[in-house]
Amino acid sequence: MGMIGLTILSGFIFVAIFAPYIAPYDPSQVFLAQFLRPPSWQHFFGTNEAGQDLFSQVIYGTRASLTVGFAASLIATAVGTLVGIFAGYYSGLIREFLMRLTDFFIVIPSLVLMIVLAAIIGGGLTSIILAIGLVGWTGTARIVMSQTLSVRQHAFIEASRTSGAGDFYILRSHILPNVMPVAFAQTVLVVANSILYESVLTFLGLGNPNQVTWGQILQFAFTSGAVTVAWWYVVPPGLSIMLVVLAFSLTGYSLDEIFNPRVRKI
Amino acid sequence: MVSIAYATRKITGLLVTIFLVLTFNFYLFRIVPGNPFALLFRGAGLSANAVRSLNAQFGLDQPLWIQYVVYLRNTLTGNLGLSFQTRTPVTDMILPALINTVILLSAASIISIILGILIGILTAWRRGSKIDVGASATTLVLYSMPTFWLGLVLLVMGVIYFKLPVAGMRSFSGVAPGTIGQLIDLGRHMILPLLTLVLGLVGQYVLVMKGALLDVFTEDFMVTAKAKGISNRKLLWDHGFRNAVLPMVALVALNLGLSIGGAVQTETVFSWPGMGLLIYQAILSRDYPVLQGSFLVVTVAVIIANFVADMLYPILDPRVSET
Repeated sequence: MGMIGLTILSGFIFVAIFAPYIAPYDPSQVFLAQFLRPPSWQHFFGTNEAGQDLFSQVIYGTRASLTVGFAASLIATAVGTLVGIFAGYYSGLIREFLMRLTDFFIVIPSLVLMIVLAAIIGGGLTSIILAIGLVGWTGTARIVMSQTLSVRQHAFIEASRTSGAGDFYILRSHILPNVMPVAFAQTVLVVANSILYESVLTFLGLGNPNQVTWGQILQFAFTSGAVTVAWWYVVPPGLSIMLVVLAFSLTGYSLDEIFNPRVRKI
Repeated sequence: MVSIAYATRKITGLLVTIFLVLTFNFYLFRIVPGNPFALLFRGAGLSANAVRSLNAQFGLDQPLWIQYVVYLRNTLTGNLGLSFQTRTPVTDMILPALINTVILLSAASIISIILGILIGILTAWRRGSKIDVGASATTLVLYSMPTFWLGLVLLVMGVIYFKLPVAGMRSFSGVAPGTIGQLIDLGRHMILPLLTLVLGLVGQYVLVMKGALLDVFTEDFMVTAKAKGISNRKLLWDHGFRNAVLPMVALVALNLGLSIGGAVQTETVFSWPGMGLLIYQAILSRDYPVLQGSFLVVTVAVIIANFVADMLYPILDPRVSET
């Protein structure tokens, strides 16, 4: 399963990197009098209401969609790992506070908070990245915290402490390396989620209309009213999102099975 | 049933969380670059008197902590401000929208639960079979697609193949007279949004039901009961089903946050006049008071739902009140 996921993923990353060579046209190039044409040999995915080639748009969209997904998950994982490690390692007030903070963010409906954050920051890809990153860290935090708690019990930590090692040294050299595998497996799933959320936030109008992402293509499809007459406008970008997320999920679940001692197969 | 200590703890938690959300909500919207609340009514062509009374009502010219107190006082008395766009009270915009979303989400949740139970039983009973694998694969695929895209695809199919209405809650013409006619019309408008939401939700309920059943299947008392000759159906019902009720209720509460996300997308795609559409329109017009009010209402609703679920657990499973 994981291998299938990885293969699909490599495919998409390849497309993203080599987009200029794969795409037949420039995505913003307008073909006069070719509005909303169905798929043909000249235009594999047809054209949109502005006369632009949708195949090229979807290809180029791979770049931004993947980049935003990676960037957002980077922030989310970083925040989540930090919170998780500190909550797991320290006890008392610090742990209590961090746990309450995590619970608070879990209760608030994620999408709505992301919408509000992105709108407040001003819209565009950066605000979407920040919005997703600052809201989507809770899953990682929980898993990292529980992993930290179990690592902390091990004898070598005690031994380290008695030989005079300071907190930060222990955190950096002992806890962190033991927590990274779990965090890494989690990251892959977080990327999947981030790509999904990016498409939603862009679709709702919080993205940058000048930047091509799959969500942005769908946003134009919807707001231009072309949806009911042009299925080719709707299907390819959505399928791309679905395939990428599926690929990340398959890879992530396989990694989770390998690295996470708590995962049970149903 | 429910111990006083447990109830007190949960109620305190509820109040504290709501208070934190109120505070969070206030500060969140004050850090907007350009602080729209300070500029709330400048340049709107209002008379000096109007501006003064609005400033008094919302405390706009006062230091931040006074604004906070005013905000608390206003919110707790049901005053959520005025919309930038329509200049009508936000509360008046939210109330009908909330009802419409509750209608949609309740229907979707109920259908998802029922389907989840049925399919969960089926896949647990025939574990490893093609039905089981097929169901798992379908769930994974459904999970990987954005809800709004699923809605768009259903919308296209609904228009082309099924002649179903794809926008709003009511038709303006061609409705059969009387309540039945109205209900049928409402129902027809609900089909596609409901389908979208249910497809997104059902997977998790199937998983929980199946997991609970499988847990029970491996217990010793199941072998004993079967040896005693108790029928499969009784086993399933008395033990398997009962075991699943608690996690199912927990799941409804947990899922509410995600369901809201799904509802926002679905309502946008199908123009269903609920909280989701309200938020979408507020985004488009950068109508911050509506955004702030909606965010608050939606979050508090989820918190209250979680609280209700928390109160139900000890009743459903007496072992719980120890936590």
